[in-house]
Amino acid sequence: MELTTIWFVVIAGLWIGYFVLEGFDFGVGILLRVLGRDEPERRAVITTIGPVWDGNEVWLIVAGAMTFAAFPEWYATLFSGFYLPLFAILVSLILRGVALEYRGKRDDLPWRSRMDTLITIGSLVPALLWGITFANLVRGLPLDASHEFVGNLGTLLNPFALLGGVAFTALFVAHGAIFLTLRTTDDLRHRANRLASVTGLAAAALVVGFLVWAHAIRGNAASVVLAALAAAALLAGLAANKPSGAKASGAVGSSHSSTAREGWAFAGTALAIALGVASLFVAMFPAVLPSTLDPAWGLTVTNAASSAYTLKVLTVIAAIFTPLVMLYQGWTYWVFRKRVTVEPVAVS
Amino acid sequence: MDTLDLARWQFAITTVYHFFFVPVTLSLVAVTAGLQTAWYRTGKDKYLRLTKFYGKLFLINIAMGVVTGLVQEFQFGMNWSDYSRFVGDVFGAPLALEGLLAFFLESTFIGLWIFGWDRLPKKVHLACIWMVVLGTQLSAYFILAANSWMQNPVGFRYNAERGRAELTDIWSVLTNKVVLVTYPHTIFAAFMVGGAFVAAVAIWHLVRRPGVDTGAFRTALRLGAVMVIVAGAGVALSGDQQGKVMTEVQPMKMAAAEALYESEKPASFSIFTVGTLDGSRELYSVKVPYLLSFLATGSFDSEVQGINNLQQAYEKIYGPGSYKPNVPLTYWTFRLMIGVGMSAAALAVLLLWATRKGRAPHRMLVWLAVPLPLLPLLANVFGWVFTETGRQPWLVFGLLPTASGVSPGTTMTELLISLIGFTLLYGLLAVVEVKLMLKSIRAGLAGASPLPGDPPDDAPDEAAKPLSFAY
Ligand code: HDD
Ligand code: HEM
Ligand code: HEM
Repeated sequence: MELTTIWFVVIAGLWIGYFVLEGFDFGVGILLRVLGRDEPERRAVITTIGPVWDGNEVWLIVAGAMTFAAFPEWYATLFSGFYLPLFAILVSLILRGVALEYRGKRDDLPWRSRMDTLITIGSLVPALLWGITFANLVRGLPLDASHEFVGNLGTLLNPFALLGGVAFTALFVAHGAIFLTLRTTDDLRHRANRLASVTGLAAAALVVGFLVWAHAIRGNAASVVLAALAAAALLAGLAANKPSGAKASGAVGSSHSSTAREGWAFAGTALAIALGVASLFVAMFPAVLPSTLDPAWGLTVTNAASSAYTLKVLTVIAAIFTPLVMLYQGWTYWVFRKRVTVEPVAVS
Repeated sequence: MDTLDLARWQFAITTVYHFFFVPVTLSLVAVTAGLQTAWYRTGKDKYLRLTKFYGKLFLINIAMGVVTGLVQEFQFGMNWSDYSRFVGDVFGAPLALEGLLAFFLESTFIGLWIFGWDRLPKKVHLACIWMVVLGTQLSAYFILAANSWMQNPVGFRYNAERGRAELTDIWSVLTNKVVLVTYPHTIFAAFMVGGAFVAAVAIWHLVRRPGVDTGAFRTALRLGAVMVIVAGAGVALSGDQQGKVMTEVQPMKMAAAEALYESEKPASFSIFTVGTLDGSRELYSVKVPYLLSFLATGSFDSEVQGINNLQQAYEKIYGPGSYKPNVPLTYWTFRLMIGVGMSAAALAVLLLWATRKGRAPHRMLVWLAVPLPLLPLLANVFGWVFTETGRQPWLVFGLLPTASGVSPGTTMTELLISLIGFTLLYGLLAVVEVKLMLKSIRAGLAGASPLPGDPPDDAPDEAAKPLSFAY
């Protein structure tokens, strides 16, 4: 395989890692006030992502840095073209990050409630905007002969992109609900499970609609197969996520088989996100930013790439350190594998 | 005002702001790790309680460092897209290294450290905070290597066909002689801030809460003060090295730092100068003979090139235009960096002396708690403003003028929205952060109960205990 193709795959992989991991962080953040009815519950909800959200966000930083290094033109046009959405994403992520870290540092309920609102907004806005961004990547952007973006905010807010935004958000919400089912106990777990079924259905409808439209705009045989697999994974995940019965008692929670089912459900939504995002990248390939004005003006893996030497250096670095990162991040999930229980807390 | 000015203001504001938190993070995480190691080794309760106390302050700080760093990573593409196109092939590699080697390490192990108090064996938990230390150091090294390449581009060739710089030797980028002197200088400067912070918090407690945890805070006070003094010596020694490298690679910056218009041999260093308003002529100044020659080259009677000579030389190489940075700004920031920073070391000596042989510090000394950490922090900012504005008009020295780096397609409206937006948001966050910091400082050391052993394997998550510390 060509080095440029390998790096296209690496960048796609980093975005996939970001969306699979931060996807449930976003979902958990959006559901924080829906599922968490009081302070102890909300605290339990947040604790499920507490040790890992920061590490998950670094996937985004590394995706950005690797794009800068391997495809400078892609980085330059993408980030200057999506100026205002990116600005909104940054502001939201800043508020969310600070709120997550600071909420527990003061013992008063109004403070925590304000932080919870920021966490929800800071999860919802980026989820929507990433969907809008990725939909526009597939659809193409008005790029001129020097690969410069010549549209405006209106260009980015087209119906297809808006559908993409809603579909991404719905999928993350379902993913987050299933994650919470897997990570909590008793009543909270039971309610998360039910919410996952409801939101999962909505997500399935939106995601399938979005993928069909996306691959109608710019699809190829491989991308359509990936999209079909994504839809299948999502449906299989939802099937595994059978509601745990009417009784909301703790008894449902502890059985081994239901844990296994929740695990499968989570694998389903994770796989659906991975395959869905992969299908978008494959649909674009070899373009990285198609131009809607003239196909020749778009950016491709060739005309956006760094020199062969730089790509070689990056390959060596990535080959050594990516497995290491996955190893210790995986270890973190292992260390914090036990379910989070709702603990009474004294807060004024 | 045009988009270039706005982009420059935005970069200056967001980067200086990021760098309020970075020095504190770099040093406080090392202090926390050191204290926890002391606890691990000696088993003394005092060290555990200090670990948790300063560890919490560290966490409040790093949260801001992390979220403001996110902006840094993206604004190259947003505001400086032509710069990104020009340098990405070279500059991207250290940035990618930073993300992959440093940020993952830092963010993952910090989660393990915060939530792992009763989940991990003591030794492994201690190793986690040291991994964070390693992550922050790697992060500083790689980003400084990137910055040093802009000061002194090496290991590349210019590809005229694609109009960009291309990497030819990653090793020479990572061992650029500029980064080799910049890294120690920046780290020592950061440790001055952290030491001063630790000592300032301690002096406040010793004076305002006499009798409460006096032993622990005395330890912290003396630790912090010694850090400031040792790091101060390190800063001076490494700064001297930096001056020599700078004279070699950017003689114009050295000339501007001294507002030296005509070459001088031997050159004197002025401590204080009153010049004409446009900075083109000096009216009065206090000078130390030979010092500049020594600072710039290591020998007392060598020639130091002046701005006018260099301007002529540069016009021959790069064509007509002005190659002078803002002289009054470089002149004063250079002096303020040294003066303001070194005065922190003097205050630290005073604190050590006031607490010698078990003495209780005088009540008036509590007033040092405010300037003590602010002085080295400001010195850091002055140093960076000096470094970055002294490089002007170049974005990448000798290769890319600042005006050619800005995003061509970005509009005034977009830039105004983001500039005002970030400034307001950062201002608001500063208030929240400082309040939270002060509240946690006032709360003092928590009563540290001995930690429970490892929980049984199938027990439900005991979220409450470790989290009451962290979240
Ligand atoms: C506590 C902060 C602090 C203190 C007390 C000093 N510095 Fe510094 N200095 C910095 C903090 C700093 C900095 C903010 O960290 C900079 C900006 C970029 C860099 O590498 O370090 C810097 C830059 C910087 C540069 C510019 C390098 C370049 O542009 O390539 C020189 C020549 C010096 N310093 C020299 C000194 C000397 C001779 C000092 C005292 C005797 C000194 N500094 C004290
Ligand atoms: C080490 C990483 C850094 C990199 C890669 C970097 C890079 C840049 C870039 C691209 C610009 C914009 C172009 C310009 O106006 O010259 C700039 C300007 C600036 N930077 Fe840095 N910078 C770094 C660190 C810092 C730090 C830590 C500070 C301050 C605390 C700082 C202060 C400034 C200032 C004040 C300007 C505006 C200079 C001017 O426009 O005249 N920089 N830097
Ligand atoms: C313009 C250049 C810079 C960029 C692009 C940048 C980027 C970033 C990013 C993305 C983060 C967040 C990492 C996370 O999520 O864990 C961060 C944090 C950090 N940065 Fe910067 N940074 C810049 C300047 C600097 C400089 C000059 C230094 C040190 C000399 C530095 C040292 C650190 C450290 C130690 C952290 C982690 C601790 C903290 O967040 O306070 N950075 N930076």
